[in-house]
Amino acid sequence: MLQIKPILRALKRHKAGTVLIVLQIALTLAIVCNALFIINERVARMSRPTGMDESNLLVIQNHWVGASAQIIPTLTKADLLTLRRLPGVEDATQINAYPLGNKSTTEGIRLDPNVKPYISLAAEYFVDDHTLTTMGVQLVAGRNFRADEIHAIDPQMERPASEVIITEALADKLYPSGNALGKPIYIGNDSPSPSTVIGIVGRLQAPSPNTSFVDCAVLLPSLLANDDGSYLIRSKPGQLATIAKDAPAALIKLDRMRVFLPEHGIQTFDVVRAEAYKSDRGLAMVLGSICVVLLIITGAGIVGLTSFWVGQRRKQIGVRRALGATRGDILAYFLTENLLLSLIGLLIGTVLGICLSEWLVIRFEMQRLSFLYLLTSSVVLLLLGQAATLNPAFKASRVPPVEATRSV
Amino acid sequence: MFAYYLRLGLCSLRRNPLLTSLMVVAIGFGVAASMTTYAVLRATSNNPIPQKSSQLFTPQIDNAGPSDDNGEPLDLMSYIDAMALMQAHRAKRQTALYPIGVSIIPPDASRLPFRETSYATYAGTFAMFDIPFLYGAGWSTQEDQAHAAVAVIGRALNDKLFQGANSVGRDIVLDSHSYRIVGVMNNWNPQPMFYDVKTSGGFGDPTQVFIPFTRAVDLQIPTIGADLCATSSNGGWNTWLRSDCVWINYWVELPDRASVSAYHDYLYGYAAEQQRSGRFQWPPNIRLRNMMQWLDYKQVVPPESKISLLVSLGFLLICLVNTVGLLLAKFMRRAPEIGVRRALGASRNAIYKQFLIEAGMVGLAGGLLGVAMTGVGMLEIGLVFEPQIARLATVDKSLVGLTLCVAVLSTVVAAFYPTWRAAQVQPAWQLKSS
Repeated sequence: MLQIKPILRALKRHKAGTVLIVLQIALTLAIVCNALFIINERVARMSRPTGMDESNLLVIQNHWVGASAQIIPTLTKADLLTLRRLPGVEDATQINAYPLGNKSTTEGIRLDPNVKPYISLAAEYFVDDHTLTTMGVQLVAGRNFRADEIHAIDPQMERPASEVIITEALADKLYPSGNALGKPIYIGNDSPSPSTVIGIVGRLQAPSPNTSFVDCAVLLPSLLANDDGSYLIRSKPGQLATIAKDAPAALIKLDRMRVFLPEHGIQTFDVVRAEAYKSDRGLAMVLGSICVVLLIITGAGIVGLTSFWVGQRRKQIGVRRALGATRGDILAYFLTENLLLSLIGLLIGTVLGICLSEWLVIRFEMQRLSFLYLLTSSVVLLLLGQAATLNPAFKASRVPPVEATRSV
Repeated sequence: MFAYYLRLGLCSLRRNPLLTSLMVVAIGFGVAASMTTYAVLRATSNNPIPQKSSQLFTPQIDNAGPSDDNGEPLDLMSYIDAMALMQAHRAKRQTALYPIGVSIIPPDASRLPFRETSYATYAGTFAMFDIPFLYGAGWSTQEDQAHAAVAVIGRALNDKLFQGANSVGRDIVLDSHSYRIVGVMNNWNPQPMFYDVKTSGGFGDPTQVFIPFTRAVDLQIPTIGADLCATSSNGGWNTWLRSDCVWINYWVELPDRASVSAYHDYLYGYAAEQQRSGRFQWPPNIRLRNMMQWLDYKQVVPPESKISLLVSLGFLLICLVNTVGLLLAKFMRRAPEIGVRRALGASRNAIYKQFLIEAGMVGLAGGLLGVAMTGVGMLEIGLVFEPQIARLATVDKSLVGLTLCVAVLSTVVAAFYPTWRAAQVQPAWQLKSS
């Protein structure tokens, strides 16, 4: 552009304002691009599927009071029978842990029991023959457990089951060539006997979503005689709210020597999911609102400083107008000036943003900033700068040439 | 003169309401965001027991062998090691504790059983952790050794079960076993829950029940906390106790430097002895961290808290850069006025004073807005943090004071440059051109 040289010369006379605008744009870019990146990372984390059909699902965490390991299986079976008979219940199952829940059991999985390092960690789910249908998890190969394969076991005496179902992700890790069905795997650190894979499910998350083995899980056909198993209940469509009241009431009626914890005792799966990702969603919201306010303030700051400049230079604008500059020339002058300042700011901001990102990577073990976010934020800031300059620049273009003759 | 400058400042702020409110809002937002996130950080990095924290240590002994975890031993202790350390009795006080999932059965049979945070522990705990008592006291070491069926309960539980009456000597039924209450704690709720960060993540409901560790093991009450096993231990309760599974929080009180180094040497010697006897096939690998080092190592402060504070401080910085620019614009617009004042005999110092006071007022207004918005921010903390953490962050006098101070100070600092520029105005030049 033809006006760059005079702009630079003018900026030299307004060092303070120049530095302030550049600094503000640079800092805003550094923060906004990192914030956007963190937001996106958290949103991506929140939108990962558990593999279950999460609608119409109720979770009841049940704690038996003073029941011994010998009688718990009987009590559990009676509970399950009652739950499955409740009108509005599609199916129900007992399980030691569930995706996005706050409990988990993890074991190392090996193909050779004598090798110390495991191939993968995997979450253990102790399930029965109703679990897959209740969860809405799809088998991609093999078969489900049969009722006669489900054994009640004392958690203190737990032995690896002879037949297991594993997730596809785990199957691919163990048998990369893709024929895990019917093959043996060893569960746990010094497992004496192998377990045969009789089925493979498409996807089922481990309870904790923030682990490296999030999609690796192994399902064992056992009814754990723990005093803190959980019931998963699938209601018929539209009946979840009713079931959420009826199911606990029916269980208390059957046997009152039990405790449902006040906060996590009875939850629909929507609530389980919301709680599991609460801090992710919250952080994304906080960062998002900070970004918006930040952009508004930066924009307002540019409006303020540019207005000030226009006020200071009325005489010079008048002279230019008197010498033949059109309104468009004046408008272009201020817009170009802002463009220049923004570009310098964005350049510095890019460096700052990358430094900040590196620091976050080291300090908080976060992912490295992708350039897409730098680019997006830069474009947004550039447009913001131009938009903020527009009004003061219009005012400048309306300075009459006669201003040149005043007050000399 | 101060009052006069205040009045001048007020006039000037009113002259340009849009610019002024922009500055006030920017400072208000920046300060509020920083203070809200600071309040959370302050709560989560709190020292739960300041008078004792430097004397409380948690030993770690590597009983699993070298792994890829930076060579750090496991966080918890196995039953074998905990019992060996208890018997050796090398610290001034020591305790082993683990969380238990027992249900309380109310004496009134019409009420349903319920659960409270409960721990199995040793007699030393009460003196070690400075636990205050409303009624009675903790149990004795003799009762530990006798595996006595005694319990210490919290005030809230005492209110719930006994309507606040002195319940010492009465019984409480946990699951199917009865315990004699020997003490009622008076609102003991250290946050972070330093004694078991592994289970609670550092923050949780106050512990309402303590029973003797020895009794809990007799009754085979399992831990509801972490239980990490290097080797499978599926041979029943006694096999589990004898295994290298780790599940016990172990704490010692070491009052001075000499006792710390002596205990460190003892731990090293213990691990070396285990190596000699063939139980450990690796050289001694131990740690002895004090309480604050332990909380730091376990990263009790959630990363969200640090990230949001960091972003908020960046936000405040930008708001201040913005304020510098706007103040500059505002002050320089008044160059003719400054020229007149200077010509009439005002010194540069007077100009400095006048404009810094004016900026201070902007800061104060921003600070007041900031306090109000920090209040709103506190209500929204629950969006990001668990309720256990959110309820710890509170607005108190010191936070309000800090908010106002930060707002005024930072605005005055931001005003230095614009004020300097204002003071540089040449009176003659200004008078001539107007």
